[in-house]
Amino acid sequence: MEVITAMKYRTLQRHFRESLKSLSRNGWMSVASISAVTVTLLLVGIFALVMMNLNHFADNIENDVEIRVLIDIINEPEKMKAAEDKLIKQVKSLPEVAEVKYSSKEEELKILIENYGEDFSLYEQSNPLRNVLYVKAKDPQQTAELAKKIDKLDNTYDVIYGEEKVKNLFSFLNTGRNIGLVLILGLLFTAIFLIYNTIRITITARRDEIEIMKLVGATSSFVRTPFLFEGLWLGLFGSIIPIFVVSIVYHYVYNHLTPRIKGEMLQLLDVTPLVFQVNFILLALGIFIGVWGSFMSVRKFLRVY
Amino acid sequence: MIHMKEVYKKYPNGVVAVNGISVDINQGEFVYVVGPSGAGKSTFIKLMYREEVPTSGEVIINGINTAQLKRKEVPLFRRHLGVVFQDFKLLPKLTVYENVAFAMEVIEEQPKKIRKRVLEVLELVGLKHKLRMFPNELSGGEQQRVSIARSIVNMPKVVIADEPTGNLDPETSWEIMRIFEQINALGTTVVMATHNREIVNKIRKRVIAIEGGMIVRDVDGGDYGYEI
Repeated sequence: MEVITAMKYRTLQRHFRESLKSLSRNGWMSVASISAVTVTLLLVGIFALVMMNLNHFADNIENDVEIRVLIDIINEPEKMKAAEDKLIKQVKSLPEVAEVKYSSKEEELKILIENYGEDFSLYEQSNPLRNVLYVKAKDPQQTAELAKKIDKLDNTYDVIYGEEKVKNLFSFLNTGRNIGLVLILGLLFTAIFLIYNTIRITITARRDEIEIMKLVGATSSFVRTPFLFEGLWLGLFGSIIPIFVVSIVYHYVYNHLTPRIKGEMLQLLDVTPLVFQVNFILLALGIFIGVWGSFMSVRKFLRVY
Repeated sequence: MIHMKEVYKKYPNGVVAVNGISVDINQGEFVYVVGPSGAGKSTFIKLMYREEVPTSGEVIINGINTAQLKRKEVPLFRRHLGVVFQDFKLLPKLTVYENVAFAMEVIEEQPKKIRKRVLEVLELVGLKHKLRMFPNELSGGEQQRVSIARSIVNMPKVVIADEPTGNLDPETSWEIMRIFEQINALGTTVVMATHNREIVNKIRKRVIAIEGGMIVRDVDGGDYGYEI
C-alpha cells in the first residue's frame, strides 16, 4: 500500500511540474487567460459586494414594513371605543401578526407636525386624522396577505402598507441583479473560452509527447491531469488580484461611509464575514473557470484511446 | 502469442486495408512482414498494438482480444508491447536518458528501478556513453537505437517495428538488426514490417508477405521475394 501512495505522490509532483512548465512556455497566452479571469472576477467581486449590501438594505426595509390600519370614525365615543377594542382583539388573534400598536389621532398629528413642520399645527383645532393601528407581520413576506385580511374586518377605513415602496425596491434590485448576472455570465464564458484555447495550444504543442505516452501505456488520467492542473493555475492566479482589490476596497469604503451613515436605517454589512465570503466565492469561481475551461479543451482535443 | 482470425479492416472512407487475414505468431519468433506500399502492412501492424480495431474477426495478443478491451484497459495492454517507428518519435527536448526513462515514468515506475533499467537497456543498445546527449546531436542510427531502448525498457513480450531501418543507410541498418536479434535472443517476439530486401534475404527468418490486404505467402526462413 505504501509503495502505491508514494508513487501517486510522485506522479502528482510530476504533474505539478509539467503544468507549471507549460504555463511559462505558453507565455502571453497564459497572461491573457489570467487577465481574463482577473477582469471577470473583479467585476464579480464588486457586483457581489454591492448586491449583498443591497439585499441587506432590502431586508432592513422589509423588516420595517408596517401596516397602518385607519379606523372608521364613529361619532359616539363609547361605541367607538368598543369598536376599536374589538378590532384590536381581532387583529391580535390573526396568526401572522407579530405586534400591534395603537396610536390615537392626536398622537398621529404630533408625528405629522414633527416630520413636516409647524404649518400642520393649524389642524390642532379640527383634527382630520384617524386613530391608527400599527401592525407588524411575523414574516415581512406576509405583509400583503395580512393587510388584505385586516381590510376585511369591520370598522377599518383603510389599510396602508407601503406596497409600492417595497415593490419598487424589489423590482429595482431584480433589474440590477439581472443586468449584472448577464454581464458576468458573458465574461465568464470569455474567460473559460480563453483558457480553453490556451490549453488547446499546450495540447497541440505536446502532441508528439502525448502520442508517445499513449504508445508506452500511460493511462488517460496520467495524460490529462497536467492540463487540468494548468487550467487550475490559470484560474487560481487570476483570482489573486481580485481578492486583494475586493478586500482593500471594501475596507476603505466601509471605514469611510460607516461614520457618515451612523444611525441611518441603511447600514453597510460588516467587513469580516462579508469580505471572506466574497473572497471564497472568487477563489472557488477562479478554480471553476480554470478547471472547467481546460476540462472542455482536454475532452475535445485529447480523445485518449 | 499473436493470433489473428479472419480479420477484416475497412476504413470509414471505404478502403479495405486488411481483407481476411488469419495468422499465428508464437512467443520468441522473429517475423518479417513484407509487401508493396499500400498493401496493408501498416494496418496489420497497427491492429497488433491496438491503434486500430478490426471491423470483423479476432485479434488476440497475449491472450487478450483487442476488440473487447475497454478504453481504460488499453494502457495496461500496451505496457506489454514495444513499438518502434521509422521516424523514431523521440522527444527533442529530452536527453537520451530522459527519452528512455520517460516510458517508465509514465507508467509510474519507482525512480530506483527506472535508473537501473534505463542504464541496462542503454548498455544493450550501446549508447550508455551518450546518455546526456539530445536526439539532434545523434546520428539516425543512434536515434533509432534510443527508440529501440525505449520500446524494450518496460520488458514487453512483443516488439513491433514499422520499417525501423527505412530512414537508415545500409551499414547502420545492420547495426539495428543486430540489436533486434539480441532482443529476440532474450525471448522477446519481434514483428518487423520492412522493405529492406538485403536484410530479409541475409538474416533468414519467417516472412509474411501481404498484398491487397491478404497474406500471399508465409514461409519460415523465406526470402524477400520482390524484384525492385
